[in-house]
Amino acid sequence: MSEVLDSYPQWVDGAWVTIRLTLLGGALALVLALAFGLAGTSRHAAVRALNRVYVEFFRGNATLVLLYWFFYALPLIGLRFATLFAAVLALGLNIGAYGAEVVRGSINAVPKAQHEAAIALNFTPFQRMRRVLLPQAFALMLPPFGNLLIELMKGTAIVSLVGLVDLTRVSKNVQGSTGETVAAFTVALVLYFVIAQVLQLLVRYAERRVDRMLGRGLPARPALDTAGVAGG
Amino acid sequence: MTWDWQYTGDVLPDLLHGLRYTLIATTLGYALALVLGLVWTLLRRTPYAAVNHTVRWITEFVRSTPLIPQLYFVFFVLPAFGLTIGSLTAGVLTLGVHYSTYTAEVYRAGIADVPKGQWEACTALNLPRSRAWLDVILPQAVRRVIPTLGNYLIAMFKDSPLLLAVNVVEVLNAAYQVGSRSLRFLEPITMVGLLFVVVSVISSILVRRLERRYATH
Repeated sequence: MSEVLDSYPQWVDGAWVTIRLTLLGGALALVLALAFGLAGTSRHAAVRALNRVYVEFFRGNATLVLLYWFFYALPLIGLRFATLFAAVLALGLNIGAYGAEVVRGSINAVPKAQHEAAIALNFTPFQRMRRVLLPQAFALMLPPFGNLLIELMKGTAIVSLVGLVDLTRVSKNVQGSTGETVAAFTVALVLYFVIAQVLQLLVRYAERRVDRMLGRGLPARPALDTAGVAGG
Repeated sequence: MTWDWQYTGDVLPDLLHGLRYTLIATTLGYALALVLGLVWTLLRRTPYAAVNHTVRWITEFVRSTPLIPQLYFVFFVLPAFGLTIGSLTAGVLTLGVHYSTYTAEVYRAGIADVPKGQWEACTALNLPRSRAWLDVILPQAVRRVIPTLGNYLIAMFKDSPLLLAVNVVEVLNAAYQVGSRSLRFLEPITMVGLLFVVVSVISSILVRRLERRYATH
């Protein structure tokens, strides 16, 4: 066990690669999810079709198949990516497709009256989306986004198969150099678990922030009651 | 470099051979996940807090750690305890245990969804606990969650290429091996990608039909 822990610089580096991939992939997935999710709520059939094609293709594919495709197949037709970039692309495109469905579903789940009220108030379509629909939809998106972020973090382990030295690869290397099989893989699993728990805490915090921004989730205060009585 | 149809045809038999292992791993793993998930769910309903918490943390741990290190753990650690297993067995075990933590949540939601009146009716009819579970609660709970369980079957199918980490020659690994023999990866890997998309699209249509059939609302 001590030999495994002695190689802590490797563990730190590996964990950093895993975290960086999670953040970069998450950022790409978020952008794609918003872009294609909004496309899915469009009035134009052609724009909605764009959403369907993206979602079905990238959600239907296994992340590892996508990564192999970017890493082994595309360079042969002249598209060559750095390994890290290929990995971020594969993870981001895949999770982004799941995210797009979440975004589309959340926007559609905002009560129809909100949409109608924004039209009655003569909001432009952009204002309607930016000021009324998205802020409310965002509160609905956050819990599923949290789950997707954990899925993405777990998905980063595939990069160890194309030569990036992430936590999984480090555990394999340490197992090879020390022969401590049980300890090496246990440390890796525990580190992944810790990262997942931290991510979960961050998502919970974000959920509370958004709820507060929307004035939800607050305990009923006496001040509000008296205001209600005075108003009525 | 352009697409070579002749070569595409030549690699097909290898890909189909790999697909066989993909399907074996998915089916057996899924069967294990269905059974083990139910075991987790029922264990979490025991009155013993110690059992309850242990199961909760075990499932949480397995659910929030990636499949590949879990595969390594099963494949390399079990032999250290004198249990030598093949790579396909390790793959099936890992997939099954990993997904059982998901199916456990699904069953739990399904059981929570069964109206309280059903439990009260069981008590009123003086049904023994085993009959209440087997003949009243579980049939209703499982029926409600069949579409969700279907989604996890698709998810597991899409996770099966990860078994190549322990050298199972499933479909992606087969494509890779064919490609590395001829140094042409474009056709085999693209074929595998298309295969996954086709299977996923068809099966998600099937799941949507299941949803309509078993809709309770």
